[in-house]
Amino acid sequence: MGAVASYFASLSLPGLFARIPAGVAQGLVWGLMALGVYITFRLLDIADLSVDGTFSTGSAVVVMLILSGVNPWAATLIAMAAGLVAGTVTGLLHTKLGIPAILSGILTQYALYSINLAIMGFKANQAVSVDKYALIISSRTIPKAILTGVLFSAAIIALLYWFFGTELGSSIRATGCNQQMAKAQGININSMKVLGLAISNGLVAMAGALSAQYSGFADVNSGRGAIVIGLAAVIIGEVIGEALLGKHLNFAGRLAFVVIGGILYYIVYTVVLWLKLDSNLMKLFTAVIVAIFLAVPYLRGQSKSSFRRAGKDAAASAVEAYDRDPYAWDKPQNTDNAQSAGETDAADKGVK
Amino acid sequence: MLELKNVSKTFNPGTINEKKALLNINLRLNEGDFVTVIGGNGAGKSTMLNAIAGVWPVDNGSILIDGKDVTGLPDFKRAAYVGRVFQDPMTGTAATMQIDENLALAARRGLSRGLRWAVTQAERDEYREKLKILNLGLEERLTVKVGLLSGGQRQALTLLMATLQKPRLLLLDEHTAALDPKTAEKVLEATTTVVEKDHLTTLMVTHNMKDAIRHGNRLVMMSGGRIIYDVSGEEKKNLHVSDLLRKFEETGDGELSDRMILSAAE
Repeated sequence: MGAVASYFASLSLPGLFARIPAGVAQGLVWGLMALGVYITFRLLDIADLSVDGTFSTGSAVVVMLILSGVNPWAATLIAMAAGLVAGTVTGLLHTKLGIPAILSGILTQYALYSINLAIMGFKANQAVSVDKYALIISSRTIPKAILTGVLFSAAIIALLYWFFGTELGSSIRATGCNQQMAKAQGININSMKVLGLAISNGLVAMAGALSAQYSGFADVNSGRGAIVIGLAAVIIGEVIGEALLGKHLNFAGRLAFVVIGGILYYIVYTVVLWLKLDSNLMKLFTAVIVAIFLAVPYLRGQSKSSFRRAGKDAAASAVEAYDRDPYAWDKPQNTDNAQSAGETDAADKGVK
Repeated sequence: MLELKNVSKTFNPGTINEKKALLNINLRLNEGDFVTVIGGNGAGKSTMLNAIAGVWPVDNGSILIDGKDVTGLPDFKRAAYVGRVFQDPMTGTAATMQIDENLALAARRGLSRGLRWAVTQAERDEYREKLKILNLGLEERLTVKVGLLSGGQRQALTLLMATLQKPRLLLLDEHTAALDPKTAEKVLEATTTVVEKDHLTTLMVTHNMKDAIRHGNRLVMMSGGRIIYDVSGEEKKNLHVSDLLRKFEETGDGELSDRMILSAAE
């Protein structure tokens, strides 16, 4: 009892509130990453695992460029371009070489680990100080970081909303929805897949670049699990967006809620750390949450109709019949009794 | 208009599942021909349509549309010339997209797609007018997701999409087979309206012999990957289901499907 009491005494609520803004800032950056995941997972119907690699690529490229004197804005753009290239590679592995999409992503991600190390001069991490360079975003000034994150999110959401409303963007959506239909309308579905993967990974690398500037260093492992965190943000955002707006949730709203999902994820993360739980448990926690939310639509369907349920209902009605008349089985099914046959006929007619 | 020269296709060659699906098909369609295609299971009807649409490359022969050799083009490139309606109503439309978005995708068949808006207001007005032809009330539901429509509505929409950008060739692959008889009749009616209005060169596969006789100016019967009967004009008009059944018996492959027998008995 004493231990529990002292544990709770050691938690300070003001301490939590003090940490929340940093969680929001980080969540905004990862929300941008989740927008990339949304494009592949929801619009193209591909679970693209390259993002774990491209997030680190974005970090590595931006930090090394800034260290060599490139303007942080230009460095962030170049990092984004690196992500575009990585996504294109995944797309070509899938469309030109016929490798299943999920494997193509894994291969790119695996290769990127070496490439990212090479970019960082074969060091696992590289620091970049906000004191020396004019970084776009930094954890040193949280309110400014939040503002930057919000502006970035708004700009990217506007850009995506516009793009997926154009002929080209709409062709990508058609490809993700129904490939045969897309082909019949003259859409080159392979090009659309490559383009979608490229844009997605470009966004993810941009988020990686912002994340590295925010934390002041690039780490070769910074993108590990990005796909799962991205999915968590997408799913949390969808559930909350649909609960709040229902049918009024349009495409821009969906994108905004993906970013909000990222923020909520990092607020939960902040709370977990505040509770002094081991942050290493966060991966387990995230995986469980994502699994549950991905399973919900399936389980909902099962609750309406499944073999298990049909079997239970059948058994229940048998028990009910037994309770009504335990000896029904011992009674003749077709009686030759004229009177009862007459009754049955009458009943039949009554029904008709 | 359309010309097939010695087109052959074998699936799974050299394996136990080898199937010679098309054997030296020769077919020539004139501008404005409305050809119905009948045949038993495995006769090669859908395979011939897929060969024309470019779903996979053929083994031999050449395919010409409008005098242009398209044998080496994949389906999405042939889409510039060909409008298609599939047997499965789910195949021809994008369920998660709106009716107007689906139509706009179809309106750009064969054109380059850039960064202009996918659907414009002027187009929406145009689509509303065109949807009225279908007589299904879809013109009032332009922004509804296609996934919420019935199979018949989706099939009618696919038909409109296939003809929105006037195709050089319209391919209908048993497009009413998955619908209930009443809806099938409606979709077929809409088909005739659209085809006649624009004088579209059309190939329509059907299992219904009455429909095959009633519609179009020419009838082609297939069996075992070959065209075994090709009739047009007055001779076709005077055909009876019994004539077609006799033809089938002559082929001797006994591949008359239950569906065809049922349609003959109607």
